[in-house]
Amino acid sequence: MKVEQIAIFLENRSGRLAEITGILAEKGINIRAMSLADTSDFGILRLIVNDTENARKVLKENGFTVGTTSVVVVEVKDKPGGLANVLQIIKKADLNIEYMYAFTQKSGETGLIIFRFEKIDAAIDVLVKAGIRLLSGEEVYAI
Amino acid sequence: MIYNDEYETLPREALEALQLKRLQSQIERIYARVPYYRAKMDEAGVAPGDIKTLADISKLPFTTKEDLRKNYPFGLFTVPLERVVRIHASSGTTGQPTVVGYTKRDIAIWAELMARCLTAAGATQKDIIHNAYGYGLFTGGLGAHYGAENLGATVIPVSGGNTKRQIMLMRDFRSTVLLCTPSYALNLAEAMVDMGIDPKEMALKVGVFGAEPWSENMREEIEKQLGIKAIDIYGLSEIIGPGVAVECVEEQKGLHIMEDHFLPEIVHPETFEPLPLGEKGELVFTTLTKEAFPLIRYRTKDFSRLITAPCSCARTFYRMEKITGRSDDMLIIRGVNVFPSQIEHVLISIEGVEPHYQIIVQREGNLDTMEVQVEVSDSIFSDEVKTLEGLTKKIQNEIKDLLGVSCKVKLVEPKSIQRSEGKAKRVIDKRKI
Repeated sequence: MKVEQIAIFLENRSGRLAEITGILAEKGINIRAMSLADTSDFGILRLIVNDTENARKVLKENGFTVGTTSVVVVEVKDKPGGLANVLQIIKKADLNIEYMYAFTQKSGETGLIIFRFEKIDAAIDVLVKAGIRLLSGEEVYAI
Repeated sequence: MIYNDEYETLPREALEALQLKRLQSQIERIYARVPYYRAKMDEAGVAPGDIKTLADISKLPFTTKEDLRKNYPFGLFTVPLERVVRIHASSGTTGQPTVVGYTKRDIAIWAELMARCLTAAGATQKDIIHNAYGYGLFTGGLGAHYGAENLGATVIPVSGGNTKRQIMLMRDFRSTVLLCTPSYALNLAEAMVDMGIDPKEMALKVGVFGAEPWSENMREEIEKQLGIKAIDIYGLSEIIGPGVAVECVEEQKGLHIMEDHFLPEIVHPETFEPLPLGEKGELVFTTLTKEAFPLIRYRTKDFSRLITAPCSCARTFYRMEKITGRSDDMLIIRGVNVFPSQIEHVLISIEGVEPHYQIIVQREGNLDTMEVQVEVSDSIFSDEVKTLEGLTKKIQNEIKDLLGVSCKVKLVEPKSIQRSEGKAKRVIDKRKI
């Protein structure tokens, strides 16, 4: 139930993001979800792509610092209260969220939330028990 | 192993007697032949006959880089140019180039001193020596080259630059000894990994590194990354070039000064009074045997202290403590003295931080600001902002603790700091003063 995410270190310089997406495009790698955390000096680009290993390799070859982390992708109903329900469960179980970001699917019926937990195994356990649907890596890469 | 058993293990008493004899004849010669020195000595009220003991050297005036500039290019030579067989010169980035000359005998002595250094590092005639010091006006390349030949080793005169080709040659020739600047050694290690070559598969066993100050942590890093022993060598072109002092592989603790050819002193960095043995101050050298370009009490601007304790390698020459800073490299940030090697020390002591860094100094209003740029390697990178911010804070705090000056730490992308192909450019000073 863990999904691989790559993170890339970025200096705050113009054109860096375009460069990365260009490199990935050239190798035919598709970006499934992304988020950019930024501070005044640097940024961390987080991506879920359809081919994690290749993306990592090609970015490293181009001189980027790349890390891989495991995240959890949760499906929520695309309607008011969909996310609130999941967050309640997380709060009750006293799970710590490092960060999260969201994207919607084409159908528009469900939204997908990506969570980076402090303790991923405990989090998966709690969410599955609560009947929340988690997407597998294959499902996410194939969206 | 010792190259010249007779001189390198001379009992102190005999060594000091030899030094005095050589000093007296050197001073007599200089006084007789160089009007500039004669005038300076006359002005100080000292004649060659006043030098009766080694301690009397303190009666003689100092020589500084400024004196060399005033006599540019050949004014301080003590032999006619027809007896000079080679000229070297400093790059002159801080002013006029400093020009030095050698007679045939000077070159022969230099080659021996450099051979002594390579032997002290554990090299023998069986070694294949990869010499990546720059060849040319810089004394590093040719100085090391002649020493390696004198030793009878196989020398590869590869000079600086073209790192990939260097690595290929080093691998194919099975080179065993690496000569270059410490910053270039790290650059080579990194480039090997980029080329998919495990540095430990090389035949290298030892490196003799000099021409820029480097920290103990940097030594550990080089030894770990290249799987070799890293030996520090000291020299400056004014005195002769590389080969003035070297660490022995037995101890790697302090550099034995070739005292039969150079007389060291440590003086107070501000009053210039001689300091008692063992105290730290500015290193001063007098050459004892140089023919073409002898120097009296030359102020090196390097800080060190002398170690008089006997060494397990059996050399009787005093050792000088590893140089960690030059007054030339010293930055004054808001009144605090900062040496780049101190910053390096902090960086390397933090797990995972690589020694690729640059210091940017600026003046905003009336305030100096120092920014330390550190490359983000895979081992320190995190997908979480707080981890990276925690790291910059940690570096900031440790620098503040050590130096007492605050700085900004900026994380930069890998390889964005220019790699050294000789002396590393650690500081960019943008202050307009």
